Amino acid sequence: MNIIVCIKQVPNTTEIRIDPVTNTLIRDGVESVINPFDTYAIEEAVRLKERLSGKVTALTMGPPQAEKALKEALSLGCDEAVLVSDRKFAGSDTWATSYTLAAAIRKIGAFDVVLCGKQASDGDTAQVGPGISVHLDIPQVAFVKKIEDVSVNAAKVERMTEEGYDIIETPLPCLLTVVKEINTPRLPSLKGLMRAKSAKIIRWTADDLEADPGSLGLDGSPTRVAKIFTPPPRKGGEILKGCAGDVSKKLVGLLKGVVI
Amino acid sequence: MDYFLTEQQTMTRDLAKKIADEKIKPVAAHYDETEEFAWPVMKILAESDLFGVYIPEQYGGLGGGILDMCLVTEELSRACGGIALGFAGTGLGAIPILLYGSEEQKKRFLPDIAKGKKLAAFCITEAGAGSDAGSIKTTARKDGDRYILNGTKQWITNAGEAEIYTVIALTDKAKGARGASAFIVEKGAKGLSFGKKEKKLGIRASATREVIFTDCEVPASNLISKEGMGFIVAMKTFDSSRPGVAAQAVGIAQGALDHAVEYARTRVQFGQPISGFQGIQHMLADMGTQVEAARALVYAAARMVDSGAKSVAKESAMAKLFASEVAMRVTTDAVQIFGGYGYMREYPVEKYMRDAKITQIYEGTSQVQRNVIAANMIKESLKRQSRD
Repeated sequence: MNIIVCIKQVPNTTEIRIDPVTNTLIRDGVESVINPFDTYAIEEAVRLKERLSGKVTALTMGPPQAEKALKEALSLGCDEAVLVSDRKFAGSDTWATSYTLAAAIRKIGAFDVVLCGKQASDGDTAQVGPGISVHLDIPQVAFVKKIEDVSVNAAKVERMTEEGYDIIETPLPCLLTVVKEINTPRLPSLKGLMRAKSAKIIRWTADDLEADPGSLGLDGSPTRVAKIFTPPPRKGGEILKGCAGDVSKKLVGLLKGVVI
Repeated sequence: MDYFLTEQQTMTRDLAKKIADEKIKPVAAHYDETEEFAWPVMKILAESDLFGVYIPEQYGGLGGGILDMCLVTEELSRACGGIALGFAGTGLGAIPILLYGSEEQKKRFLPDIAKGKKLAAFCITEAGAGSDAGSIKTTARKDGDRYILNGTKQWITNAGEAEIYTVIALTDKAKGARGASAFIVEKGAKGLSFGKKEKKLGIRASATREVIFTDCEVPASNLISKEGMGFIVAMKTFDSSRPGVAAQAVGIAQGALDHAVEYARTRVQFGQPISGFQGIQHMLADMGTQVEAARALVYAAARMVDSGAKSVAKESAMAKLFASEVAMRVTTDAVQIFGGYGYMREYPVEKYMRDAKITQIYEGTSQVQRNVIAANMIKESLKRQSRD
């Protein structure tokens, strides 16, 4: 079983700072980590490999320093790591990112399952995983909380919903995005850390991919960010107290005052 | 302070620290309270390869030495001195095999220890043989291709949980300590049983039991080295293992100190954080300095062991003596800084004080360490004199 797990390096903070001019993330001075949701995808990929044998390839698109995230993925049990990095990818939105990652996955070659975290902790869009499946023209299931069964050409998974979960069967190859309920990621092992230290990361630029140059980076991104801001906090409501009769009268009075 | 660790040692320490902070700290109070053995943590340590840091690569380890073992013990002890013993006690049980085991014994036992599949334990102490280890009564009688062991070992760390026991027993009672021999006894051996689990002041997450031999059958191939070498095996084992106990003491002291500094910063009395008072500042400064001095001595002793130095008894004993005394003082002061809160079990520091005490007692009391140190100093002086 060949598994590809897509990861993203994100700032290790809940205080995301945005450049007011370019409207993109400020990464300087912030420690970078693997997107927490992707750590569940890595763990699930390694567990699938341990169960069914095969190979796990970690894939990321990002600046050269994203290599650190890939090394960590290797220390956690991934076998190979691919970094797709080029100035031409800068400014990619979710469409261009998923287009680029799909092109990289095609270049990696034969695969059975692509695993992604359900979303990134910085952008929070949850679009890149499903986007990749569209570019690859393969089925996808988002918000997977359990992989029940995987055979040569089909998988049975549980998709988390607000009320419970759906059981979905999908042919392979497919793309799954996973939620944190799916597993508890392991810590790296010393042997894994040492292997990762000396492991070679495969690096691809835009020229290495079979991709339309106009579909990459800022130029290939249909999204235009007009402005990013923190919405003002909602004003607190008013709680009416007293006996039912008084409160209802007061409420009716207030409602009459509301102009719609 | 920079101790110029190798890249692998730094990795080892950082991973142990991560496990201590993320996996042990949150459960330390639980295991202290329930006195259960922390098997889930042992599993994590095993999966992280930490059990193998001091075992040579050809036996499935990572090829480090006693310093690597100390780094792990220290970090784990910073979170819980009791849980750390699952690791450190296994090291103590494995050292006799590492030092004196035959190639066949090393191949047979070390890989499972390195993988964390099996814990180990070292058995010498008996009811009537504590500091006076030479007066053990447990016997081993040769019977064809096996030995028959009889006797009871007391206060054995990891007993009942471990799979591999290295045991000191008398093969020749008439010769006393010179008639002692070391054996490897596997859990499940006929005639091997365990006493009740002891209730202790501290390190309550560690399992302490009697190990009872009743006509216990051990294959002759499990004799370590040869008959009569038991006491030497034990003493050389302690020379190598004492930096580990010292590292446990440093970890316990550091854990208590970290809590004390943080508490002093946030606890407000007389309108200001108590860290603003010189009385508290000087206490913290002394605690920090003592812990760092202990760590420096422990690492130096561990490096000396790893260098293959011929005699390390004095330095090992110094490290163990100093670090354990520091641990007791620093943890007591940490409770003092916490005041009434420090005395409450709801707060973390009283546990450190309880855990610290054992480091002054086991693997040779502070008094025995002083005996070892003084004896070696006198011996060295005599040697110098005879050279002059």
